[in-house]
Amino acid sequence: MPEAQAARAVPFRGGGFRPVAKRGIGLAVFAVLLLVIEWGTRAGWISNLTLPRPSDVGATLVELWQSGMLVSHMTPSLTRLVVGSLMGVSAGIALGLAIGLFSYARAGLVPLVSALFPIPKIALLPLFVIWFGIDEGSKYALIALGTFTPTVVATFGAVDNVDRGLIRMGQSFGLRWTSIVGKIVLPGALPGILSGLRVSLAIGIILLVAAEMLGAEHGIGAYILQAGSLYDLERLFAGVVILSALGVLVSWGIGLIEKRLLRWRS
Amino acid sequence: MEMTLDHITHRYGDMTVLDDVSLRIPAGEILCVIGPSGCGKSTLLRLLGGLETPDEGRVLQLGEPPSDCLNPLTYVFQDFALLPWRSVAGNVSLVLEDHGLGRAARRGIVADVLARTGLGDFHDALPRQLSGGMKQRVAIARALAVNPAVLLLDEPLSALDAQTRELLMEDLVSLWTRVPFTGVYVTHNLAEAVRLGHRIAVLSRRPGRLRDLVEIDLPLAERRPGHPALEAVQAQLWSLIREEAQAADKELADA
Repeated sequence: MPEAQAARAVPFRGGGFRPVAKRGIGLAVFAVLLLVIEWGTRAGWISNLTLPRPSDVGATLVELWQSGMLVSHMTPSLTRLVVGSLMGVSAGIALGLAIGLFSYARAGLVPLVSALFPIPKIALLPLFVIWFGIDEGSKYALIALGTFTPTVVATFGAVDNVDRGLIRMGQSFGLRWTSIVGKIVLPGALPGILSGLRVSLAIGIILLVAAEMLGAEHGIGAYILQAGSLYDLERLFAGVVILSALGVLVSWGIGLIEKRLLRWRS
Repeated sequence: MEMTLDHITHRYGDMTVLDDVSLRIPAGEILCVIGPSGCGKSTLLRLLGGLETPDEGRVLQLGEPPSDCLNPLTYVFQDFALLPWRSVAGNVSLVLEDHGLGRAARRGIVADVLARTGLGDFHDALPRQLSGGMKQRVAIARALAVNPAVLLLDEPLSALDAQTRELLMEDLVSLWTRVPFTGVYVTHNLAEAVRLGHRIAVLSRRPGRLRDLVEIDLPLAERRPGHPALEAVQAQLWSLIREEAQAADKELADA
């Protein structure tokens, strides 16, 4: 071995490309953005016509809460969202399962679902008003249809992705058909169904607002529409903040369900 | 219970995978099936357990399975096929739940087979927490739980490392020594075949035909790695399939 060769450390080149959870960064971005807007509106280089002052929006929210108007707007909105998406999601899961399990259902219904999926459901609202009335019925129907199609697609995709080896195992042990579906296919499809639910419920919130903008006295959508037509930016933004909070809340709820039901995963 | 393959021919589309295979699987013995990759070994096993039906010929079972047998033809899969959302006990219990057994009876069977496979301490563990060897032990426990008349093992040790494989082979031997079971053991590993097979069926390359049937008289419990008699049989088997394995290796998948 030749002597006196210089020893050097091998340079590290394996870093990066791996997302790491960083706590608080998301909140910091929000806070900085709000502070900049607050500063800009106070200093005057953001005009009052462009953006409202965040502190004013906050004050509007507090006022909304104190006057009890928040509850009287949220209650009908949440009821519509819960009832409508419950109908849409349960029908969607049932139909998605049927498509995943039966070849005839797949052949017959997949084209239909593909045809329904890209229709902007809001365009059907006038039709739903005729079919189900101007009251709650049309709003339920709109939200139900809007959450239904993405749930169907997510569910049958999830069923298709269930490990065929596990199903074959079930068959080889002579399990009943209902056992194979209930104990192997459904739990195996659950992760896909739940991630589809995130998308469906976000669409549900969008449609909720749209429905409330077309003929509702109370509800977040009606509140935003009123504020918009009066060009009351503080109230408009207060409504938007409530919607964002609703979205975050729904996503957090699904996260909680996932943690509970999918403990076996990680 | 004895099984017979009677002039089995099976095709996938235009490709013949098994050509006129006849085999007898006597009760209480382990038959190993070896052959180069793609020779239809696994197909043979799927036919035996009724997961596929042969294009020609018949798969016969002779005699009735014992009355306490819940699932006469029971598989152990290469990829374990455990439900990741069920605990070790839950995975075993799964295959008992459709048979109208009481809760207590099920618990008794689960505890018994977990004890027999050395899994007593892992009752509540989830599959992701277990090593490959432990997962396959769970799958073996699950297979034993239904009291099978014939155990169909599809390369059960292929996904495991060499040390684990050795340990599980010893486990299988001791299980058989305590209660001799009828088994069909498909593998491409000659060392496994000579350790576990009372008889070894050698299949040819596609289309799979029965080339030879080698019998080993040495009792399972006396077989050790490196035993001269076993080494001799292994060399003999290798000479039988060497050229075919070479040719199979060079084959294009879709040619």
